[in-house]
Amino acid sequence: MSFFKVEHLTMKFGGLMAVSDFSLTTKEGDLIGLIGPNGAGKTTVFNMITGRLLPTEGKIYFRGEDITGTPSHIINARGIARTFQNIRLFNDLTVLENVVIGYHGRLHSSFLEAIFRLPRYKSEEKKMRSMARELLAEVQLDNVADEKAGTLAYGQQRKLEIARALATNPRLLLLDEPVAGMNPRETGDMMDFINSIHEAYGLAIILIEHDMRFVMGLCEHLVVLDHGVTIATGTPSEIQNHPQVIEAYLGEPEGA
Amino acid sequence: MSDWRGRDRTYRLCAYGSILCLFAFLFLVENYADEYQIRILNVSAIFVTMAVSYNLINGVAGQFSLGPNAFMAVGAYTTALLTISPAEKELCFIIEPIIWPLSVLHLPFLPSLLIGGTFAALLGFIMAFPVFRVRGDYLAIVTLGFGEVVRVVANNTQSITNGPLGLKGLPEYTNLWWSWGVAVFTVFCVTRLVKSSFGRAMQAIREDEVAAAAMGINVFRHKMLAFVVHAFFAGMAGGLMAHLVTTISPTLFSFFLTFNLLVIIVIGGLGSMTGSIIAAIIITYAGEWLRAVEEPMAIGPFNIPGIPGMRMVVFAIMLILVMIFARQGLMGRREFSWEWFCGFLRTGERRG
Repeated sequence: MSFFKVEHLTMKFGGLMAVSDFSLTTKEGDLIGLIGPNGAGKTTVFNMITGRLLPTEGKIYFRGEDITGTPSHIINARGIARTFQNIRLFNDLTVLENVVIGYHGRLHSSFLEAIFRLPRYKSEEKKMRSMARELLAEVQLDNVADEKAGTLAYGQQRKLEIARALATNPRLLLLDEPVAGMNPRETGDMMDFINSIHEAYGLAIILIEHDMRFVMGLCEHLVVLDHGVTIATGTPSEIQNHPQVIEAYLGEPEGA
Repeated sequence: MSDWRGRDRTYRLCAYGSILCLFAFLFLVENYADEYQIRILNVSAIFVTMAVSYNLINGVAGQFSLGPNAFMAVGAYTTALLTISPAEKELCFIIEPIIWPLSVLHLPFLPSLLIGGTFAALLGFIMAFPVFRVRGDYLAIVTLGFGEVVRVVANNTQSITNGPLGLKGLPEYTNLWWSWGVAVFTVFCVTRLVKSSFGRAMQAIREDEVAAAAMGINVFRHKMLAFVVHAFFAGMAGGLMAHLVTTISPTLFSFFLTFNLLVIIVIGGLGSMTGSIIAAIIITYAGEWLRAVEEPMAIGPFNIPGIPGMRMVVFAIMLILVMIFARQGLMGRREFSWEWFCGFLRTGERRG
């Protein structure tokens, strides 16, 4: 039984082949980079894994179970969490509330217990809040816990999105362009941050990124997509010298 | 920590105290005010109940429903059919006799009211399946459609609802204690729900449905929860309304009712229960004061004949102005809290 396995995943939007025959096997605790030019189908792969899109063909297995076509919230409960390319926080809620929502899926109390604040609900709510505060302290966002999420600085919003995903207690974390729009120093900070959560939680992480230095420095294994097709897989050094990858990013060499 | 606990207790005492004050006020009104004042206060309470529950689905969960009139109709008819005495029913149904179990059923007010709310909630549960397949504008249209369906059904099921003739001779059960009792209970339940983990999940859905689902929230179930709770309290409000006016017919539950509620929750602030309560009371009283604009009047040399429905024009203009100049409404998404109130008093003291 493999930890996470994607087999022959294909997604067609009408006549457009967004992803074709994508396969990937991940062990527990892997850190994998998914790279490729714009429109290569990377986010589509994430959307299929997290149940936002039903793949045209192919299967997704997670911890021995077929999760293809399962609704998003159930996939999350099984242990896959994600962040989004264009940050999707609950802007009008506080930073703390954003994280507490991550625990809601595992609440045992019913809504009636919540309305009448019965003991079980009270203790669960208290526990969720203290866990959220701990998590925020870990990611150094505890000083802004009561601010509205929408008012945070860009880098902090990215971090909060990851913290919120961590609150759902995932075994596999999908990060969609975690350093998009960051300057080199912020990128370095984010790299350290991802490394630290990778180690602290023993998570498997798959990340999409354009920043080559970031990906090469962080990931142990890379997959390159171009126009929906997997054109190369391997270690960062193998990928760097792969002729097809160079072609995809830079175009064909002159005279070839 | 102990200081925080102590303050929490103070706030709770404040809340109980203010409820006691409210009922003391109602006691005075019931004994010393005239019938007209009592009636307006009753209507205010019913609108508070409806607006607060309506705000749960529209403001908190962000699902723009236009069908609260359907739930009120179901609640009103169910409650009425249970409280009218069998003899009265026989007098009432002149075209077609009422069908069997309803013709003999006769219950006191409280169980009837609860059954009315339950039936409305049941309708909400069934409606949720088709309604939440769509979002945004489409959802508004589908719920609007259901509102009409209920009205048309009430118009045509002669042997249950007595059709367009409506039900007459309802016992006049609704008094200040019933109407404000239900209003306080509704406000209690809805605000507690909103402030709980379930309310947070509903707000998350309002903010970003995709992200909410990716964070493990069962989006459909929480929309359904908001909708069913809304339906239950709207059904109770319908029952109270029926036993206040003592005569109900399908025209009472037309889209105008929904429109009134929409004005209330938008002016109060979508998502703010405090706003809904304040706006419900203001709009009820404004409706009474604005009767003046429907009377014939002379402005300078012009004589304007009385135009019935002029009040609705004024409300519509109010809604337009709010949407253009103060989209947040009275309260935005803010809520009244004792913490804020005590803080406010304290700064006042310091200034004084």
